[in-house]
Amino acid sequence: MLSRNAAVLVLCAALWASSCSRPAHEVNAASMTPEKDRKPAPDFTLRDAGGRQVKLSDYRGKVVLLNFWATWCAPCRIEIPWFIDFEQRFKDQGLAVLGVAMDDEGWDVVKPYLAEKRVNYRVLMGDEAVSEAFGGVASLPTTFMIDREGRIASVHIGLVSKSDYEDEIVQLVKNAAHSGAVPVTDGNRSLVARAD
Amino acid sequence: MPGQTNILSIKTAPRAVLERNAVNTATVTVQLRNGFHVNSNKPMDDYLIPLRLTWEPGGVEVLEIVYPEPRLEKYDFSAKPLSVFSGSFDLITKLKVPANAQTGPGMVAGKLRYQACTEKMCFPPKTLDVKMQIEIK
Repeated sequence: MLSRNAAVLVLCAALWASSCSRPAHEVNAASMTPEKDRKPAPDFTLRDAGGRQVKLSDYRGKVVLLNFWATWCAPCRIEIPWFIDFEQRFKDQGLAVLGVAMDDEGWDVVKPYLAEKRVNYRVLMGDEAVSEAFGGVASLPTTFMIDREGRIASVHIGLVSKSDYEDEIVQLVKNAAHSGAVPVTDGNRSLVARAD
Repeated sequence: MPGQTNILSIKTAPRAVLERNAVNTATVTVQLRNGFHVNSNKPMDDYLIPLRLTWEPGGVEVLEIVYPEPRLEKYDFSAKPLSVFSGSFDLITKLKVPANAQTGPGMVAGKLRYQACTEKMCFPPKTLDVKMQIEIK
């Protein structure tokens, strides 16, 4: 399902050289890509556990923690409780955690895990196209921090510390005043409408 | 970060001279890159994908696959040690050829499924084709 690592090298060179050139665990808020240099995150449409189509662009105006993971990935399982905590603590400040499951077996293995861990954020079923769109997600976990303008602020390849994520989230959600975004609620889904 | 195709390789493909109506062995030697490990054939948790060597049914009867003794390693991402293989290791297949088997050369096709990780990240499960060259005497 995932592509080869060659694509990751392209990813590093083209978009996130500063992040990828050092061990992922050293990445912190101070090393996020400066706003002026950030590239737009590729839009995608995937289905969630309820079968609903979800577009990344639905979340424009929010800070998105986009986490590629799989149930067989032990380091991914370390991060899941952190993301549950982030969703709970920062949701009202404009954070949305989005999981992209890369299990070949699909929802049959993912849904039981989500229920067991009481995952409180939306999880989508990934595919090769989305992996490719994000430069080739060759290893898991891989997490993209996306700012309110839909641009990639940082990428974390492999397990990093919870505080690294938290530092970035705090910094990114602070930019609410500049985003011009107005939160809109649509049933269980928090969407965001652009004010401009 | 190396490409996944380089993480695990078959160092020595099995080649065996098999005697009819006897238990024979064939060895697959596997080489993992430094810094990588794969789950053993008996991982500690159900969700982990085990290493598994299988052979397609054919002219030989596979009696048993003997996996090496796994190592118990503790990683940052796991609260308890994991049962893993790393470095170079042998997978030994015990097989039997029927007494009435035709003599001569042949080939048995197999698959090696594994899932590799480093201390920080994991790679998708992968299946390698393995070919065992045999000579039945």
